[in-house]
Amino acid sequence: MAHKHDPNEKIVFIGDSRVRKRDYSNVTPPDYTAFPGKSEAFIPNFLLKEWMVGVVVLIGFLVLVIAEPAPLGYPADPLNSAFIPMPDWYFLFLYQLLKYPYASGDFIVLGVLGLSGIPFIALLLAPFLDTGKERRFYRRPIASSLMIVSLVAVVYLTWVSWAHYQHELEATGTVPEHIEREIKAEEAVAKGLPRPIPGKEKIPAMVAADDPAFTETMTQAACIACHGAELEGGGGPALRGIGDVLSKDEIVQTITNGKGDGAMPAFKENLSAEQIDQIATWLSKQKAEAAE
Amino acid sequence: MFKNMYNWIDERLDITPMWRDIADHEVPEHVNPAHHFSAFVYCFGGLTFFITVIQILSGMFLTMYYVPDIINAYYSVDYLQHQVAFGAIVRGMHHWGASLVIVMMFLHTLRVFFTGSYKAPREMNWVVGMLIFFVMLGLGFTGYLLPWDNKAYYATKVGLEIAGAVPFLGDYIKELMNGGTIVGAQTLTRFFAIHVFFLPGALLALLAGHFFMIRKQGISGPL
Repeated sequence: MAHKHDPNEKIVFIGDSRVRKRDYSNVTPPDYTAFPGKSEAFIPNFLLKEWMVGVVVLIGFLVLVIAEPAPLGYPADPLNSAFIPMPDWYFLFLYQLLKYPYASGDFIVLGVLGLSGIPFIALLLAPFLDTGKERRFYRRPIASSLMIVSLVAVVYLTWVSWAHYQHELEATGTVPEHIEREIKAEEAVAKGLPRPIPGKEKIPAMVAADDPAFTETMTQAACIACHGAELEGGGGPALRGIGDVLSKDEIVQTITNGKGDGAMPAFKENLSAEQIDQIATWLSKQKAEAAE
Repeated sequence: MFKNMYNWIDERLDITPMWRDIADHEVPEHVNPAHHFSAFVYCFGGLTFFITVIQILSGMFLTMYYVPDIINAYYSVDYLQHQVAFGAIVRGMHHWGASLVIVMMFLHTLRVFFTGSYKAPREMNWVVGMLIFFVMLGLGFTGYLLPWDNKAYYATKVGLEIAGAVPFLGDYIKELMNGGTIVGAQTLTRFFAIHVFFLPGALLALLAGHFFMIRKQGISGPL
């Protein structure tokens, strides 16, 4: 700079500059005197205290994250008819509400609009519905009691929905997929095998593929319609390697009486006991070791 | 040095008033848990924002590995969960954070409701807050599908059936979300786009409005 000037002076732009020079020496933010008592500055005083609360929450959160890995079930299978649908927990109240007779079927419009839509719109517009000056909740009996009733209803519906889900799991003998998968992975790792990736397991080759149990009886019973022409699985599970999973008696049981609430139909009407025995004998030979 | 840098920028852009607006304001005694322990209920809003930031950051890292197509989605999540260093932690944070953000937001909403803080002149901020709530639920719903396991698939199917039950518009909403008539490949890519671009964009805009209004109006006074 060729000439000296006051270092504290702000540059004043001229011409088309839109930055104006202003004097901030005595600007007090308007809310600094709004409330009596021990106010403090947001930055840094209060923010540090709030950060301490944040750290406590963060530690609790990370403990949860490390203790409970995020669940992952089996790959989505649109043909799986036995799966029990389960929305995330914060939608359960709505899910349960829409199961009641007056909120579903012919009354679904009432359920979706009347019992869910209108309360949500009322919540959205709460300040325009509850226009009184009073802020204390016990002086606003209508607004507060509506909110408390809704809260109780939401908690109750969520609980009923969850209890019903647990009941269904028990009744059908289902282990939730993400847990089942975890158990199987742990078993495999304990045996020294690689961690199985669902849907990418190598299915063992077929043992004694020319046996009449397969070429005649099973073809005639249309097993391959669900289990696949090469028994590689489809609507039903793969049967190659089934001998490692089920014993012969268990296979006889499954064919005779079916499994999974009709997902596997009962064949006692269509097949004679000898035929079932013939198939089960052949299936129980389907072991990974024998296939090698 | 930082002071010089600040002054250099300030001379050109006049940022001091902006900084004042963000940082330089009082926190009154009645919301400060250091003075009244029961004032911890006023922390829920800040904690919601804190978890939201965690969600955005962890989500950004998840998209580095996630593949939104029906063949690979599940296996990319599986790979992320079991092969990628710290993948289980990042995915765990995003999974549990999704629940925690709903919890915190719910508590924040209840605090605002029961202290009557939504009353004049803060009606607009309540409405924006409720819109944030709905966007968060939308993020939860669309994010639930992305791992493409059975739980995700069937929950989405049920959810879209409920959306389809809305009179007149239901079928259109359902088809728009589905990207067709079934929950399939199009649904997954749509939910991915909605979860990663549309709703976060809406969320950031709404959050900006929420924070602008709270700064302009200040926090509601003591009861």
